[in-house]
Amino acid sequence: MGRKKLIFLGALVAVLLAAAAFAEYLTPYDPYAQDLANALQPPCAAHPLGTDRYGRDMLSRVIMGGQTTIYSSLLLVVLITVAGSAVGIVCGYFGGKLDAVLMRISDVFLAFPGMVFAIAVASVMQGGVMNAVAALACISWPRYARIARSQVLTVKSMPYIHAARLSGSGTAKILCRHVAPNIAGPVIVTAVLDIGTMMMEIAGLSFLGLGAAPPTAEWGSMMSNGRSMLQTSPWVILAPGAAIFLTVMIFNLFGDTVRDALDPRQRKRRMEDGPVA
Amino acid sequence: MERLLEVRELKKTFYKEKKPFVAVDRISFHVDRGECVGLVGESGCGKSTTAGLITRLLDPDAGSILLDGEEILDWKPKDCKKLYRKVQMIFQTPQDSFDPRRTLGDGILESLQNQGMKRRAAEKRMYELLEMVDLGREFAKRLPHEVSGGQCQRAAIARALAPNPELLICDEATSALDVTVQAQIAGLLKKLQRERGLSLLLICHDLALVQHLCSRMLVMYGGAIVEEGAPDQVIQNPAEEYTKLLVESAF
Repeated sequence: MGRKKLIFLGALVAVLLAAAAFAEYLTPYDPYAQDLANALQPPCAAHPLGTDRYGRDMLSRVIMGGQTTIYSSLLLVVLITVAGSAVGIVCGYFGGKLDAVLMRISDVFLAFPGMVFAIAVASVMQGGVMNAVAALACISWPRYARIARSQVLTVKSMPYIHAARLSGSGTAKILCRHVAPNIAGPVIVTAVLDIGTMMMEIAGLSFLGLGAAPPTAEWGSMMSNGRSMLQTSPWVILAPGAAIFLTVMIFNLFGDTVRDALDPRQRKRRMEDGPVA
Repeated sequence: MERLLEVRELKKTFYKEKKPFVAVDRISFHVDRGECVGLVGESGCGKSTTAGLITRLLDPDAGSILLDGEEILDWKPKDCKKLYRKVQMIFQTPQDSFDPRRTLGDGILESLQNQGMKRRAAEKRMYELLEMVDLGREFAKRLPHEVSGGQCQRAAIARALAPNPELLICDEATSALDVTVQAQIAGLLKKLQRERGLSLLLICHDLALVQHLCSRMLVMYGGAIVEEGAPDQVIQNPAEEYTKLLVESAF
């Protein structure tokens, strides 16, 4: 049951990623080509999702916007996972003053309302998707550092770490070969569950005009453009809104199933039932 | 007999919420080449801390540890590789002493490759080591949770033998195993000690095992060594109050 769900959602995620990767080839129209004669067309056969106020095809823009939104949120999650766990591993393994300093810094970030800080950073750095990613990365790494650190504290006193040291392995080798793989589970689960949240936050910053700059197609900024026409041409805001809704839901459901699949208690139960294929 | 290991006035204090706790209180003892010494005592008396200090996994407050007459406490952490060629340890819980994500063979290879052996040569040597502890070649590909405790402990012994050590510290190496498996592992250790001239420091609380394997035993209580002598003599005529208690509860 759980396995089928994982495969189904995994396939949906793969479809989204592929659509984002090949967005250039999937768009029926050029997402940036303006056609003022056909501005604000309601959905019809030629434009399944209608057109915006410059006559740009909404379907093409939603597909293209998927590339920006999905890939920037994946980049963001990878960035904070790697940076956060690296800090957490170093803190947990070495302890002492370095640990105290880095953890106080992360406390400062955790104590701040995240979105407010991101808005401040993004507005100082000005627009652009990459600046929005950087702003969100600044406030999101401490959670990963905390998770990694607490895992390292349990792993580092395990006999196999002592055994590796007695085998003549140096600290760097022990960290890469034995510590990192053994703390990866909870970190990866958090990362997968975070993709949806990060997507919302990037779209949120863009909605406020602090992320993707026009004319870049991005779901958040597309919604922002359409909000004044909500009553007259609702498809302009509904199309990217529905895209965010569906994508975030798929990634969140996928994250939940991954967590269930990696849950040690569930894995144990499956092993008692019989060998896992 | 030649002195292999000499421990002098070794002391280690732990701090729990700023309250000091003396785990090892200025103990002195020695292990000769080819000798098997038993270190017995109840849980928490400092036996495992002593093992950690000798292997430099912990740093002592004071004292000295001489290996072949050389002070190992002066060695920088980087030089400890030199120490691990002569001193190896096997742990109480064999399954936890191997990385749960790596095969037993990988664990043994790690040690061999750290000594600078090439992959091919290391693999050949790994199979020889497995044979030495009576494990088939197929165990190299198994994960720690896929084998029994006894098999895992054999693999741990194979890994410990990889650098050709002179001293093997067994930290409660048989306590977590079944009685029959305990006897097999004890037999294996005895064989290795005899055939390879290995010195053993057997940390345990099983007096019968110590009597069976060791030529000398030390009794530890509250961080200090309270009694020392041949196992038969100590067990039959315990001088200290604590040793009497230990003997009474064992037999």
